[in-house]
Amino acid sequence: MSKMWTARLREGWQRNLPIEKLIPDAQPAYVASWIYVFGVLTLAAFSVIIASGLVLAFAGPAWYHTSSFGLFVNSLHFWSVQLFFVFMVIHLWGKFWMAAWRGRRMLTWVTGSVAFVASIATAFTGYLIQTNFDSQWIAFEAKDGFNSVGVGAVFTVTNLGQMLLLHVAFLPLILGVITLVHVLMVRKRGVVPPIDADESNTFENFSGALND
Amino acid sequence: MTKAMHSDKELFDAKPWHGKNRKYDIVKEGVIAVTVVSLLVLSFSLFFGSPDEKPLTFKGWAASNSDNFYATAVSELAGTSGTATYGAPYNKGGDGLNVGPLWLQKWVGVTHPIDTVNDFVVTPLTNSVQPAEVATALTQWKGAAEAQKSSWATKYDSAIAKVEGKLSAVPSGDYGPVPALAKGLTDMAKSGSLDAALLSQGGFFQTDATKQILYFGDGSYLDDAGTAANLQGGTWGMMNETGRYPGQAWLWLYSFWYQIPPFNNENSHPIGANADAYIMVLMGGLSLGLILMPLIPGIRTLPMRIPIHRAIWRNYYRSEGIKRRKD
Repeated sequence: MSKMWTARLREGWQRNLPIEKLIPDAQPAYVASWIYVFGVLTLAAFSVIIASGLVLAFAGPAWYHTSSFGLFVNSLHFWSVQLFFVFMVIHLWGKFWMAAWRGRRMLTWVTGSVAFVASIATAFTGYLIQTNFDSQWIAFEAKDGFNSVGVGAVFTVTNLGQMLLLHVAFLPLILGVITLVHVLMVRKRGVVPPIDADESNTFENFSGALND
Repeated sequence: MTKAMHSDKELFDAKPWHGKNRKYDIVKEGVIAVTVVSLLVLSFSLFFGSPDEKPLTFKGWAASNSDNFYATAVSELAGTSGTATYGAPYNKGGDGLNVGPLWLQKWVGVTHPIDTVNDFVVTPLTNSVQPAEVATALTQWKGAAEAQKSSWATKYDSAIAKVEGKLSAVPSGDYGPVPALAKGLTDMAKSGSLDAALLSQGGFFQTDATKQILYFGDGSYLDDAGTAANLQGGTWGMMNETGRYPGQAWLWLYSFWYQIPPFNNENSHPIGANADAYIMVLMGGLSLGLILMPLIPGIRTLPMRIPIHRAIWRNYYRSEGIKRRKD
């Protein structure tokens, strides 16, 4: 193995995640249920959230109060978040009932569930920066929970500036990185085999076969 | 399942799949997913829009319930308001909440200092041009000893409380400049200038709304508006949205605890009285449990014991003739 860091990184990547795994054109035959759709739907909703959020971020937090187009973009952002959570929760339940952490897929489960918790935090800060009555109310009510365990000292829900920057920069970046690692883990480990399947359902010498 | 069998199965699950495959166009799937979701989002946005209730203002508060605003101003001077008696991270007016021996709120100390007397009343009045009687009252207040200030404000605050906020029924007494200061602040609020004065505190750039939001919460205006919009915590308000829109439904479990005893009874000690802190710790533990679920005995084997997976993989099981594992 080369001593160059760059070469070692490239070799490690190619060994663990070759392009055929990263962008596959075949899947195990058991990956044939509607439940599998909800992972990619979650990612699709996330992409709409980012796109609509970029427009809102460019125009500023108060724009949508006075512009009908701004309110429409805000609606796109609002509904994409609602769908994002619906898809993600179904995806999460599906993966639970598949026991998708089997076969050294623990990190895939951990990154997925951390992404779920990070999504809640990100959405929460979004509600706080609406600069309307709802954000006033949520800030007043939510401060007590965070203050009660000392978190309010560093995470101040009534501080619009802090919540704004967390929502449009810090948290999406964190969520994006966790999601990326999650997806790469799925590609590296593959989709977990059915619970009742074992060696008798495979043919070791016939790898990569396309049956239909 | 024996330990050896479990190990074999874990090894099988970890190995690259060497069974039957099917064609899979990941790029096509992604494009279709984004298209379908975009169309769904577009449809919902066009048909339903999104909520945007205007924020409350001090002007609106003073105009709609002048007496409540006035009485709240007096409570800020007397140090009896919710903010004045809150404790950390705003002041030392209270000990805050605790979880058993853990007084985390108190231990972090005052990191966002709020002095309700000066921040909410005296400084906004000082930073604006005032009528002669308010200016005189301000001078009298600033020149008085702390004990005298406290005596005036406390007496007046108690007198207002005794007549349940009905200002016309307050008996005359030795209240010093407090009535004039409260009236001056109420007039400022009615004119609309208090909103900006509270935000700026004499400065220019400001992005922190902590003081205004806490002041709002000291009176009944914000609370009444929250009740009217069905947003109170005791009625699942945490996951509600203004109007007929879905809110943060993903906070259902967090909201759930506030609906049941002992969390929903603030007179119940120690949990109900410290519900916010206990629920935060509980939800933190449950979140950690979700993340580490594959390590939790009993829960990690549920998917094997409850055969929902037979429905998920039914086509594959049927085509391969795979029976349910009995081990």
